[in-house]
Amino acid sequence: METVEDLVLGHPFFRDIDPEAGRVVAGCARNTVFRSGELVFREGDSADWFYCIRSGRLALELHAPHGGPIRIDTRGPGEVAGWSWIVPPYRWYCDARAVEEVHALQFDGACLRRKMEDDASLGYLLYKRFVPVILRTLQGTRMQLLDVYARPGR
Amino acid sequence: MPGPAADVRAVAGADPWSPSPARVRERRRETGDTVTLALEPADPAQTRFAPGQFTMLSLSGVGEVPISVSGDPDEALLVQTIRAVGCVTSRLAALKPGEALGVRGPFGTGWPLESAAGRDLLLVAGGLGLAPLRPVLYHALARRERFGALALCYGTRSPDDRLFRGELEAWARRADLHLAVTVDHAGPDWEGEVGVVTRLLARTPCRPERTVALVCGPEIMMRFTARELEHLGVAPGRIHLSMERNMQCGIGLCGHCQWGPFLLCRDGPVFPWERIRAAFGVRGL
Repeated sequence: METVEDLVLGHPFFRDIDPEAGRVVAGCARNTVFRSGELVFREGDSADWFYCIRSGRLALELHAPHGGPIRIDTRGPGEVAGWSWIVPPYRWYCDARAVEEVHALQFDGACLRRKMEDDASLGYLLYKRFVPVILRTLQGTRMQLLDVYARPGR
Repeated sequence: MPGPAADVRAVAGADPWSPSPARVRERRRETGDTVTLALEPADPAQTRFAPGQFTMLSLSGVGEVPISVSGDPDEALLVQTIRAVGCVTSRLAALKPGEALGVRGPFGTGWPLESAAGRDLLLVAGGLGLAPLRPVLYHALARRERFGALALCYGTRSPDDRLFRGELEAWARRADLHLAVTVDHAGPDWEGEVGVVTRLLARTPCRPERTVALVCGPEIMMRFTARELEHLGVAPGRIHLSMERNMQCGIGLCGHCQWGPFLLCRDGPVFPWERIRAAFGVRGL
């Protein structure tokens, strides 16, 4: 049976991580499951977690006035969801909902922040993993803003 | 089953200036502004095309526009998908079965399917760019043993803007095809992916060192897709893009579709990324 540490070291987000650092990170992780339709986190709530998705899909949603939720992004197997835990004031900026049953590794953000404060090299290592995710999401968001598939003139 | 006709360019060479008559056999609405017409040309040779080629469709007294062929290269109809964005395309899209139009072509270079044989084949489509890639999928699925992994990554604006929805559902059920669809915007009823098409590329079963990638969509989408494919390890010579400009004569004489050193109707529309990457970097070209 695989341990949480095995699952952390085997997840693409932590590919090729130094095993000792992986063990330290795994100390803040646990396995979790969300049922289809279940709210994973809610805009404005304290962002104490992030998730490495093992299977299933999460949708990130924003609520507009006088309308229902708008799905702005999805996260699937091998991807990471949530970085508000790493940036003050540690609050979610959107909702996340399981579109289908999700199996994920859930990381305690407060636990990791303490370890990163105590060990700057661990902090640097984790920032190096998160910054590309943030950059790619920003680039994707810019592409979505360009609305490149719109009818000319629309 | 044989590949696309080797002598398709001879069709364009017969009399490339004169439109031949054709009739609409079938019309299917794809989205709010896009239809697919199945045409029956008077000259059956015009139904022979290489996936990736385009024709010039015309209405007398209205005008002429380039439209990619979107049908099955093994069928005896000329199938074309038209988005109503201007005067000519709006009139073409409104044609009903039995009505007539003019056809020149097919013209241009096709996708490099012969050199893709034995390799993994990755199709990346954005919006209406799925239309010129659909013949590739028909071709590859009819000759499935010729290719390794086969994948289609398709990005579009919203769930309602997906083309060929019935076929997408059928393709999604196939075990020998990896299909991934994503949209830029969606409501809560959409249970699929939301985000840009480049996000899908790392999750296909295609092995970068064995992959031939065919990309069609808006230029900015193709630019980012080609870069991402290179980042994943696909050689630039095995990434192919379909370009679009103001094609008019279709045979490289009028110069309307000049793009840097290229005449897209004659030298393209399909190009290897390594050949056109420099032109992509020229602002305003």
